[in-house]
Amino acid sequence: MSLRTAWRKSVNVIMLSLTGACTLVIISVLFFILGYLIWNGGKDISWDFFTKLPAPVGEPGGGMANAIVGSGKLLLLAMLFGVPIGVLGGVYLAEFGGRTFGFLVRYTTDLLNGVPSIIIGIFAYTVVVVPMHRFSALAGGFALGVMTVPITVRSTEQFLRAVPNPLREGALALGASKWKSIVTVILPAASSGIITGIMLALARVAGETAPLLFTAFNNHYWSSGWNQPVSSLPVMIYLYALSGYRDWHEQAWAAGLVLLAFVLVVNVSTRLVLSRRTSVPR
Amino acid sequence: MSSNVTVVKRAPDSGSVRAFLHKLAVGDAVAHLITLVCAASIVLITSVLVYQLWTNSALSRHAFGWHFWTTQAWDPVFEHFGALAFLYGTVVTSVIALALAVPVGVGAAIFLAELAPPQVSDMLAFVIDLLAAVPSVIYGLLGIFVVVPFVRVYLAPFLESALGSLPLFKGPSYGVGILTASLVLTIMIVPFIISVSREVLLAVPREQREAALALGATRWESTIKVVVPYARAGIAGSIFLAMARALGETMAVTMVIGNEPRIAASLLAPGYTIASVIANEFTEATGSMYLSALIELGLVLFLVTFILNGLARLLILATEQRGGSHA
Amino acid sequence: MASAGTVRSADNMSTPDNSMSELGALPRKFPISSENTSVSDRKLRFKVSGLKMFYGQKQALHSIDLEILANVVTALIGPSGCGKSSFLRSLNRMTETVRHARIEGEILLDGQNIMNMDVVKLRRRVGMVFQRPNPFPKSIFENVAYGLRINGYKGSLSDSVEHSLRRAALWDEVKDQLHKSAYALSGGQQQRLCIARALAVDPEVLLLDEPCSALDPVTTAKIEELLFQLKASCTIVIVTHNMQQAARASDFTAFLLEGKLIEYQPTPKLFTTPSDPRTEAYITGRFG
Repeated sequence: MSLRTAWRKSVNVIMLSLTGACTLVIISVLFFILGYLIWNGGKDISWDFFTKLPAPVGEPGGGMANAIVGSGKLLLLAMLFGVPIGVLGGVYLAEFGGRTFGFLVRYTTDLLNGVPSIIIGIFAYTVVVVPMHRFSALAGGFALGVMTVPITVRSTEQFLRAVPNPLREGALALGASKWKSIVTVILPAASSGIITGIMLALARVAGETAPLLFTAFNNHYWSSGWNQPVSSLPVMIYLYALSGYRDWHEQAWAAGLVLLAFVLVVNVSTRLVLSRRTSVPR
Repeated sequence: MSSNVTVVKRAPDSGSVRAFLHKLAVGDAVAHLITLVCAASIVLITSVLVYQLWTNSALSRHAFGWHFWTTQAWDPVFEHFGALAFLYGTVVTSVIALALAVPVGVGAAIFLAELAPPQVSDMLAFVIDLLAAVPSVIYGLLGIFVVVPFVRVYLAPFLESALGSLPLFKGPSYGVGILTASLVLTIMIVPFIISVSREVLLAVPREQREAALALGATRWESTIKVVVPYARAGIAGSIFLAMARALGETMAVTMVIGNEPRIAASLLAPGYTIASVIANEFTEATGSMYLSALIELGLVLFLVTFILNGLARLLILATEQRGGSHA
Repeated sequence: MASAGTVRSADNMSTPDNSMSELGALPRKFPISSENTSVSDRKLRFKVSGLKMFYGQKQALHSIDLEILANVVTALIGPSGCGKSSFLRSLNRMTETVRHARIEGEILLDGQNIMNMDVVKLRRRVGMVFQRPNPFPKSIFENVAYGLRINGYKGSLSDSVEHSLRRAALWDEVKDQLHKSAYALSGGQQQRLCIARALAVDPEVLLLDEPCSALDPVTTAKIEELLFQLKASCTIVIVTHNMQQAARASDFTAFLLEGKLIEYQPTPKLFTTPSDPRTEAYITGRFG
């Protein structure tokens, strides 16, 4: 083996190792994050955490029940707002879409997807908070809903298009009108993909803090109804982490663990379901 | 018909046919309309968003004009607003983050797309997608309690002692600052670079690799000399995407940057980014000028990310089409 | 009886009697409806006049005139791309699902212009079975019941489903697993399921677009047998690239070439004494 070849071969091995090392570093970061959170946050996870309101400063104990419920409220609102528009918009793009209008819709969907979440927060502020003269769960839910729309539209369109044409034709040939064929055959065939798309969108907005800072704001107590400021897990983590109190720091870790666990569980399970489903029966 | 069972009642060819026809025609048209309205509402929402950003920043834009971007002063009391410090903070943190993230990210993408066996590659890509799903505030949490102490106790003193003569690294550091924020940003944008670059690399047609290998190239040589150049537009696209993400990143940066509306020469000093100042001061903005200034910042952030994302998508599309035409 | 060697001989002016006898002399499995009955006694199902079809700029069908009779099996043969599938699809207006497809001319079903009919109603009367089986991702029962459900059938679904499955000769094989997924069936069973599904709405006409091309010979034979049983209650139009199938299973055959109707005859006549040399060339295998 000539010197040159030996050199080339060793470069090959070196680069393989280097790039592999890059990958390893990234992977270990994830495990580090997870481990650190479990280590620090696990200590404070208790039944109290899920059921009690935050304790006043300095007092130990208390929990984040209101934040958990608040996040739930916000996600529900986000879903109510974002899912119909997202799914039906996706149906339009996949089944009815005209050339130019479809292009415009897709373009603006991608545009909306890339907007930093804090800007969405500003938008929700100007459109909901200002007219209502108050911070509210509605405003927060609206902001989160707007964020779920692009994700839902894209995944709905993608899964609808993936339904094979023979199925469409089969329905039409049996005398189904277009909308009937969509509702009775095409949507059911794409349903698992669409649902996972919705869940991924929800997992994504569940962790968003910035758009809530001046829409849903925060609430140290229970918020009733939909037009009052509401607490949420991400906002609590943010505020508690920045505070100077040790107790609150610990609570922030616990909340972080709960939030991350939720996000990861949804992501892992939906991706598993998706990868199983992609082996579509003939 | 010889069938014993009358299976389907046929609509008689009479007046009821008209009604039936109408009902059916209406059904399809209604569905078309409903879905069209939903699709149109997306366009509507986006238009209103741009409109609101534009009109609500009018006060500030008219008052300060272009000087807004060249003045460092940020004085809510006397209503002198200048965005230079935020611009500086945003750009510097993003640039440093990119400088650190791109080599690592592209390197890992190359490993996953070219050098690793397929199952390993898929599994690791899955894990990296999970990293991309971690909420920003969690990165912020780790930023405050892990990265900040690290910088304060180890990294900053090291840099000060090693490179302290450069104004870039003059101390002292409390742990928060531009450098810390850049480090946190790096970790946050690497997963995006990896996943997009990996897809772009995987889209390069097999024939390209095979041609190189058939000529006796090593795997690395085929990768770096053939595949990566072929996909370079897409990789550039992934970098733009990551940059757009870094520029707009709010929570994690806010938690570790120190929130000082000041331009300092040193990277170890605290700073401020556009997204951070909006996050911190929006709810405390008294007076419409203050709010308008913040919204003007938001408008610019929106425009910049819009342009970057648009460019990125074009580049990625270009690479995929190039691959497709050869398939 | 001429041997295979004669059919393939180089002299293309061989006498029709000898060269065509191979196919014409194939033992027919199914007695032909056109024998012993003059064409004028038969009811007319479809009357196609001057049918032209365009996909964008490209013209796929050139002014076709054809009359399809009721309760017979009509086969459409021709080389790939000759327009037989396009023609078939125009009979139930499935061509409308293709963008840029345009039709000129007239198609009458029992005297009524199909373009003036409600397309949904038309497709209930004229059913279609596709080349590759395309059952819905539902259970066997739900597949067959689909057409009934969407058309608002008021009677007993399970009775109708059973009836259709029997007509498709599938009942015995699936009666105990009606609620299993349709995808659990073999290819041939799935195709028969698709036939049952099409039959469930009791169509007057059944259009089949190369229904056996993805199936093995045994299953093909079963389906041909099925079609023979069905034609008493249903008009069958079948596109096939398998000439032996056309020869043994159909009553009338139409030969298309490059979008034009070349010849249309009772099957035995077309395969033994074709009038057009192009027909002869095709069925002796000189092209296509």
